[in-house]
Amino acid sequence: MKKIIESIAVPVISVVIALLISALIILAIGKNPIEAYGKLIHGAFGSQQAIIDTLIKTTPLILTGLAVGFGFRAGVFNIGAEGQMAMGALMAAVFASNFGGLPPAVAIPLTMLIGMLAGAGWAAIAGFLKAKTGAHEVVTTIMLNWTTTYIASFVITGPLATGSGTPKSPEISTSAQLPILMRVGAMELSAGIIISIVAAIFMYVFLSKTTTGYEIKAVGFNPYAAEYGGISVAKNIVLAMAISGALAGLAGVTELMGVHHRFLGELSGGKGFDGISIALIGQNNPIGIIFAALLIGALRTGSNEMQFMGVSKYIVIIVQAIVIFLVAADRIVKAIYARKKVKA
Amino acid sequence: MRILSAILSIFINPQFYKIALTAATPLIFASLGGVFSEITGVVNIALEGIILMGAFTSVVFTYFTGNVWIGVLMAIVSGILLALLHAWGSIKWAGNQVVLGTAIILLSQGLTGFLMEPIFGQPGQTNFVGKIDEITIPGLVDVPFIGQIIGEISPFVYIAFGCVFFGWWLIYKTKLGLRMRSVGENPEAADTLGVNVHAIRYFGVIMSGVFASLAGAYLSVGEIGQFKELMSGGRGFIGLAAMIIGKWNPIGAMFASLFFGIFGAFSNQLQSLQEITVASNVKSLFDTIPFILTIIVVAGFVGKSRPPAADGVPYEK
Repeated sequence: MKKIIESIAVPVISVVIALLISALIILAIGKNPIEAYGKLIHGAFGSQQAIIDTLIKTTPLILTGLAVGFGFRAGVFNIGAEGQMAMGALMAAVFASNFGGLPPAVAIPLTMLIGMLAGAGWAAIAGFLKAKTGAHEVVTTIMLNWTTTYIASFVITGPLATGSGTPKSPEISTSAQLPILMRVGAMELSAGIIISIVAAIFMYVFLSKTTTGYEIKAVGFNPYAAEYGGISVAKNIVLAMAISGALAGLAGVTELMGVHHRFLGELSGGKGFDGISIALIGQNNPIGIIFAALLIGALRTGSNEMQFMGVSKYIVIIVQAIVIFLVAADRIVKAIYARKKVKA
Repeated sequence: MRILSAILSIFINPQFYKIALTAATPLIFASLGGVFSEITGVVNIALEGIILMGAFTSVVFTYFTGNVWIGVLMAIVSGILLALLHAWGSIKWAGNQVVLGTAIILLSQGLTGFLMEPIFGQPGQTNFVGKIDEITIPGLVDVPFIGQIIGEISPFVYIAFGCVFFGWWLIYKTKLGLRMRSVGENPEAADTLGVNVHAIRYFGVIMSGVFASLAGAYLSVGEIGQFKELMSGGRGFIGLAAMIIGKWNPIGAMFASLFFGIFGAFSNQLQSLQEITVASNVKSLFDTIPFILTIIVVAGFVGKSRPPAADGVPYEK
């Protein structure tokens, strides 16, 4: 219990500090931070439509958070969720706009599978290179991200382009679109949210109840000891990256099949990078990640309403930056925490 | 044959080399920044953010003071402040350097986006605030071909090359440089010999902030005279790529940056050819090349490139 409280303490204190610093920034431009945060909360949870919008934004964030968090648990830093997400969506879009004749019961799982395999394959390149040549996955996944950005922009303005105006792919067939759970106004909450929660449960079960999960964790914890214990480090690094990439690919797929129904080029718009923040805030724990994703999703949704009073939505990016800075350098927070304890 | 002569026509045009040089300039600054930080053992992916902040700050101060060079100076100050923040988290608190770098990129994106409206009254981009003119080198400008390339060009191009040679001299020819390298390779040994590991690392990271902010200042007041949201456009990461391909050496990083610059200029020029038509989206494919090349190099398939041994590892006594 004490351990749980301590692991929650760092992210919670970090969020509080980040909100306080951001309040000072809002004050500095002559606006009322309390009013701004009030609008933020109202914008995220104030109406049924707002709540649905928050959940829609949270869906891919849970998955990219899981992708990065799974990587951390396995000892790899997958900074490439951004690219794997786009790659997953791209491949799934190619598939789902060409095989319209299939019934939903086949088309939906098959499209998801294609997207996950694409994300897994893209991430496995980095895993394979790390295992075989020692190339650091941070460098290779950053480079793969940018490669994907340009491939996506090539595809969306060339082979896959359709119509005029903003670059986009043709709409995927209706049989490959995720069922809608709830509809309020123009907001449609798809089954993607269920998929993301199932993925979180999968990560929990896989890591704590299966042999492969145990091996992956062992390699992440201490590769030398794992190798000595007869676990193949190389195999598990590739596998860990592939699973992480599959989760990121799934994030792209839920955006494609549940929200946009088209590939829009740089679809992820920073959601892959948000995965890093979310994994850190959630302390790489599947349940923690769900809550962290909800936090970031709510900040993003609520910030739109805050804009109306002249506080730019960019303030939530600043909040996010401060939070992950503090979580990364968690000793800052622990030092503050320890001092408080002494005083009390 | 027609295609070949068309491509050849690109390479015999001095304008092409001028474009390549100006495209390489921010990459040279960024990669040099990467070298300075990583050679002392601190991974700095924050470059992208520092570039963005430098571009913004120089436009802000040019706007308020009317003096472009004050803008550049303040950009450097902003670079030093962000670098200090990165150094503080990485060195003093031994945080994960990649995550801290990501935080600083987000912070820069957040702050520049947030401050656009209060300062300039509009989001997205600023109006033209003033830019640094090209300088004409008397004599050189009259030399055929070469004169058309570097006879009349932005002073930043000269500053960039000056910084590279200064950096090379500092790192390989001075006592301070030796200490920087030793701290990046084996901090324990350096510490035993009385080198202040943390101080040297602070120095390396701060210098990386100086160079990266110059890249940003060049992009805004050096080139177009305005700030556009997210205008750093990945140059911090291409700079890191150039640093890796250049094997953590200022001169090597410079050549890698020049190569990327030539490549970018080539894919641009390809589209303005009248003899052959190249679809505009093909440029995107060309743009992937620096990144794919970097993957090939870090994987050791061509010319193994190895980071400093203690790169990314916090040092604690």
